[in-house]
Amino acid sequence: MDVLLQQVINGLVLGSMYALVALGYTMVYGIINLINFAHGEVLMVGALCSWSVIGFLQPLMPGTPGWVLLLISMVLASVAAAALNYVIEKIAYRPLRRAPKLAPLITAIGMSILLQTLAMIVWKPNYKPFPSLLPTTPFEIGDAVITPTQLMILGLTAVALAVLSWLVNRTQLGRAMRATAENPRVASLMGVKPDLVISATFVIGAVLATIAGVMWAMNYGTAHHAMGFMPGLKAFTAAVFGGIGNLAGAVVGGLLLGLIESIGSGYLGDLTGGVLGSHYTDILAFIVLIAMLTLRPSGLLGERVADRA
Amino acid sequence: MTSTHKIFSNRWLLAVLLLALPLGLQQVGNAWVRIADMSLLYVLLALGLNIVVGYAGLLDLGYVAFFAVGAYLYALLASPHLTEVFPWIAMMFPEGLHLSFWWVLPLAAGLAGLFGVLLGAPTLKLRGDYLAIVTLGFGEIIRVFLNNLDNPVNITNGPRGLGQIDAVSLFGYSLSKRLDLGFIELPSVTLYYYLFLALVVLSVVICHRLEYSRIGRAWMAIREDEIAAKAMGLNTRNLKLMAFGMGASFGGVSGAMFASFQSFVSPESFSLMESVMIVAMVVLGGLGHLPGVILGAVLLAALPEVLRFVAGPLQEMTDGRLDAAIMRQLLIALAMVTIMLWKPRGLWPTPEHGKNLNPQGGAR
Amino acid sequence: MSSPDLVLNVSGISKRFGGLQALTDVGMQIERGQVYGLIGPNGAGKTTFFNVITGLYTPDSGSFALAGKPYAPTEVHRVAQAGIARTFQNIRLFAEMTALENVMVGRHVRTGSGLLGAIFRTPKFKAEELAIEQRARELLDYVGIADLADYKARTLSYGDQRRLEIARALATDPQLIALDEPAAGMNATEKVQLRALIDKIRNDHRTVLLIEHDVKLVMGLCDRVTVLDYGKVIAQGTPAEVQRDPQVIEAYLGTGAH
Repeated sequence: MDVLLQQVINGLVLGSMYALVALGYTMVYGIINLINFAHGEVLMVGALCSWSVIGFLQPLMPGTPGWVLLLISMVLASVAAAALNYVIEKIAYRPLRRAPKLAPLITAIGMSILLQTLAMIVWKPNYKPFPSLLPTTPFEIGDAVITPTQLMILGLTAVALAVLSWLVNRTQLGRAMRATAENPRVASLMGVKPDLVISATFVIGAVLATIAGVMWAMNYGTAHHAMGFMPGLKAFTAAVFGGIGNLAGAVVGGLLLGLIESIGSGYLGDLTGGVLGSHYTDILAFIVLIAMLTLRPSGLLGERVADRA
Repeated sequence: MTSTHKIFSNRWLLAVLLLALPLGLQQVGNAWVRIADMSLLYVLLALGLNIVVGYAGLLDLGYVAFFAVGAYLYALLASPHLTEVFPWIAMMFPEGLHLSFWWVLPLAAGLAGLFGVLLGAPTLKLRGDYLAIVTLGFGEIIRVFLNNLDNPVNITNGPRGLGQIDAVSLFGYSLSKRLDLGFIELPSVTLYYYLFLALVVLSVVICHRLEYSRIGRAWMAIREDEIAAKAMGLNTRNLKLMAFGMGASFGGVSGAMFASFQSFVSPESFSLMESVMIVAMVVLGGLGHLPGVILGAVLLAALPEVLRFVAGPLQEMTDGRLDAAIMRQLLIALAMVTIMLWKPRGLWPTPEHGKNLNPQGGAR
Repeated sequence: MSSPDLVLNVSGISKRFGGLQALTDVGMQIERGQVYGLIGPNGAGKTTFFNVITGLYTPDSGSFALAGKPYAPTEVHRVAQAGIARTFQNIRLFAEMTALENVMVGRHVRTGSGLLGAIFRTPKFKAEELAIEQRARELLDYVGIADLADYKARTLSYGDQRRLEIARALATDPQLIALDEPAAGMNATEKVQLRALIDKIRNDHRTVLLIEHDVKLVMGLCDRVTVLDYGKVIAQGTPAEVQRDPQVIEAYLGTGAH
């Protein structure tokens, strides 16, 4: 029982990061029906950019508190990632909007590999230690501990979600996004420019992924070119789990997946009498997904869409 | 019959070229024949996946699982591993486990086909993109199991893989030994080439016959509009399972051949990247079009290998950042992105064999 | 009076979608060789009824019998196997396949060779393929688009696509062929041709169920008509009877908000 609280905390932290990335997937899918396979790589680019910025600024500004450096690097990295995502959408996905539906998927997969390979070339393949910019002494909650980094992840995620929620529900852009997601043609008849909305979606997704990426690097202490792949895949699983196209679903899916992974990896060995060890955690996400889709194909919060003839 | 084969209308020329290829390549170096051999194995994989994705329209992103099933089946039944780990098996087979080629083919095809049906079954009611992610998940699950089934009972030997796998033996002759015909010597890689070529030709014939048949049309109907297909009485559930099973069986055969060719298998060879590559081969080549699929497979399998030879100088120019492996990845990725932008239907798609009345199309 | 040969005998059909009661206690009896019309204002539930009897939607209640045998409208393909074929309001052809291939798929349900036959090209397979192609060509000719056989379905004109869909449905050798607004979007000439085609189908002793908006077409063509409004049957009878029914007149022309 004492382990459980710790696993829950870890799970929520992990889940928050999944949620941020899952939002990017679900928003893009909701608007243009594309699984953006390259989205995990945006997380990686954000993290590595941030690492570079910190590495560059640290010697220049020796006395600056860690969190300031973190913030600056996050902002700059977000800008870079957003620009990258904007360009990718414009040159690689936009021309394929009318193409047979498998074409953009292949492009997205190719883009994912391309980004990883370019990152390998630019940043070299070695694992880079990510500086811990926040104090490391953990706080105690009952039998469990929570580090300042973990607290920051939770806090930052909450803030990001609040801002996103305001954006989507209270601004014109948000209305335009929701309208385009429901019915692009009618939305454009109402004067909404679909290109603008789609670009905005990619930009927002990139910012969220960057935040997640930087937090991921800080939480695990390293950054490298392959760091985006697994989290991206799992975040996508979380988005589908929660009901693809549904923003709340992405958040719920992400948090739940983080919890399942965390608690699962802790107890998997006990539950299966030692047959399945914690190496199987990675596929836990998929098993959950498959179980979910078998029972409820539209995901947790997804719509049940009747197929009208 | 379709009129796509203008370039290859001279079947005999094509046959001669294909038969002579390894003989020419082996003069330059056995490594080149190896590349041809691996390309043929990939062609088999692409042909199999084409049945699932190209004919039936089911986006399977975990196809490598069937490749793995065939490979490990053969590896387990034609290597010392099982007799070493399980004494009771050693007692039953004092000479060791050496599954003959004529058993391998049907067993690998059958087992992989069974897996195809099993893994396909949960996906039957899923929409396209959900289907993709679930099949991707299955592929990963298989890989993780292969990597971890070394305890409590050591079945797959985990990440260490299985080695000392028998080479294929045909009519008493092992393909791992050179064949001296007097006027010419055929190294092992060339012998394997002919075996794989025969399998590819057989597979192409099978796929072609499936395409132009009641089942093939049914698959395509499902791809085009599943609801209309059902309304015409098609049992889409069984047809989809048939597609999964049939497609998977090709993967199993290719896997078994791979195991014997390399004489070593490990879970590393069966990653998501492989599944993705095979999907790319099919889509880049031309979905549902046999010549295109073969072209896609050969291009993505052979070209990066060939370009390794160019990698040397580039590596020096860029201070060691560009090596052969990176170049290969870079090229595949660039190919995927640029070819889709240039030819979204693939390099060699199905020709408009139904003539176009008006290119703008009717009321659709 | 001898008991009539009822191809379709359904009654008590109700269907609810969340808050909307789409169908309430709907029933219909169609005799063999009839052309039966289903009409009503937009949103009355006509296509919903179609979808229920063909198995696309599961009803909340109802009894279903085809040619005297009860059937459960739960699996679409079984309903087609049993003998109801349909066309769709929005035309659902196999776009990338040729017209001929589309109709050949229609023969699937009445033929049986599978994987082995295809791979080994058995004599049974070859004979069946020949028969399928022959029948498909006959049907294309029957509906009047024989020379379009090798053209991709998506390239056909609207009217031809509708005819192709009918040919495909006929290929399943149905007891009942159900047409969902086959005249939608057609001009006057095309409607005349459609009417001739449906007459021809009736003369060949097939039974037709027709959803239509074009009242003139329905009245001239149908032996009997059911009128739906808000999911309920408000009139049933010959076209002449139904035309005079005050409830029907009100439903179509009335001041009530629709």
